[in-house]
Amino acid sequence: MGFLKKLFGGLATVQQLPSGTITVDRNGHIVTSTVSTQYPKKLLQVIGHDVLELLREARAAQMPLAELSLHFGSLRITARELRGGAIIFLLPQTALLPTPQSYNSPHA
Amino acid sequence: MEQRNKILVLDDDNDWLLLCRDLFSTLPSQPEVFTANAARKALTIIEAEKIRLLICDLKMPRIDGLQMLAIVRRRFPGLRTVVLSALEDEEYRSRAYSLGVDLFWLKTEMQRNSKFFNECLESLMSNRAGEGDTGFRGIQSKSLMDIIQMECLSRSSTVLRITRGPLVAKVWIQDGELVDAECEGARGEAAFQRLLAWKSGSFENLPPEPNREHTIQKSVNALLLESAQTMDENANPVGQESIENAAHRKTIWKLSQLTREGVDFILAVPPEGQGEPEAIGTQGVASIAHWSRRADEISRRLGEKLEAGPLSHVSGQNLERQVLLVSHGDKAFLVGWPGDASGNLPEKTRKIAASWDS
Repeated sequence: MGFLKKLFGGLATVQQLPSGTITVDRNGHIVTSTVSTQYPKKLLQVIGHDVLELLREARAAQMPLAELSLHFGSLRITARELRGGAIIFLLPQTALLPTPQSYNSPHA
Repeated sequence: MEQRNKILVLDDDNDWLLLCRDLFSTLPSQPEVFTANAARKALTIIEAEKIRLLICDLKMPRIDGLQMLAIVRRRFPGLRTVVLSALEDEEYRSRAYSLGVDLFWLKTEMQRNSKFFNECLESLMSNRAGEGDTGFRGIQSKSLMDIIQMECLSRSSTVLRITRGPLVAKVWIQDGELVDAECEGARGEAAFQRLLAWKSGSFENLPPEPNREHTIQKSVNALLLESAQTMDENANPVGQESIENAAHRKTIWKLSQLTREGVDFILAVPPEGQGEPEAIGTQGVASIAHWSRRADEISRRLGEKLEAGPLSHVSGQNLERQVLLVSHGDKAFLVGWPGDASGNLPEKTRKIAASWDS
């Protein structure tokens, strides 16, 4: 039966959403993380890099931001500026979460 | 004993069906929830049970949602139908409405506004068969003017609730007379005029409110005539003065809306190379517009990499101000709010973006 696997490949995998907190320094390196070690570190670095870039560009546009949140259908990324680096909260969203009241605080 | 309403959810995703079963079972009217993962199975259930409401996905193997809706409309004309889909295509929406569905919701919207969605379901189920199900359904290609004229000519008493994307407006009609209107923060005749400029949307009839305060004094015909004249002038401006007047009116409207909502500034950013950004209340338009485009681009790219679903909005804040970035059509809108502004800012921002070009 191995030929079926060769023809169709393995089952499609669903990527888990990151949950936890990371801190990144001003160069985008991850300093601390509470996200599961099974989650790809490379993706966490991408998050850190993109968030720092947005905070930096906002400053360059004369609109410095102390906090930035990206709201996706199933994930919220909230970053707080930390002396050039950032602390980033990763919060998966589910249908059962009462989200409407929780726009401003990552802990709400 | 009062019989419980029966809901049937049709979707090819079994996990979604389980979730829906849990969610809809907790509705205040405690309906009985049936599920089916294929159209044939759903038809069998509809035939066997007295299903009141069908909630149907669009993208399914074999018989897709639109085919299913066409079959249901023909065979079970009294059945209420709701489309719950992940397809954000306006064409699907209009095709579904042309098949006579009562409601079209996106799955993401349903998750975000689950309370409102539940209220809509309750409202759809509230008219018991044989009691409130009289009249024809499936009005298509009629303008809002036609609909209001019909309601007034038939001396109806009703509240028309009209929705266009995130915007919601209401018109109160009592014994065929216009009583009040609310639209985009305005009230009375101004709101009615504004509402008539909407080119598309959906509407529903709510129960009449006889005690509603009378804010519209003019007759419906006079108001419709005035609106038609204004729209005509705006659509076909003659001469430089007329064009300037139309642009001036538009700016005044936008300013009054921003003031009413308490917005600090707004920036409408078209895609790169497709026109200049428009801004009210801010300096440094080019650099902020550049950031808005970058934020939109980076966030979408990140969302795809993380498989985190569609981007809803981007928000940011500092000590003085909060900013929200949303997309509407092909434009990105960056709206600045005071630091202490509260309420559902993403929803307010979306409404402002939706009414910007109307």
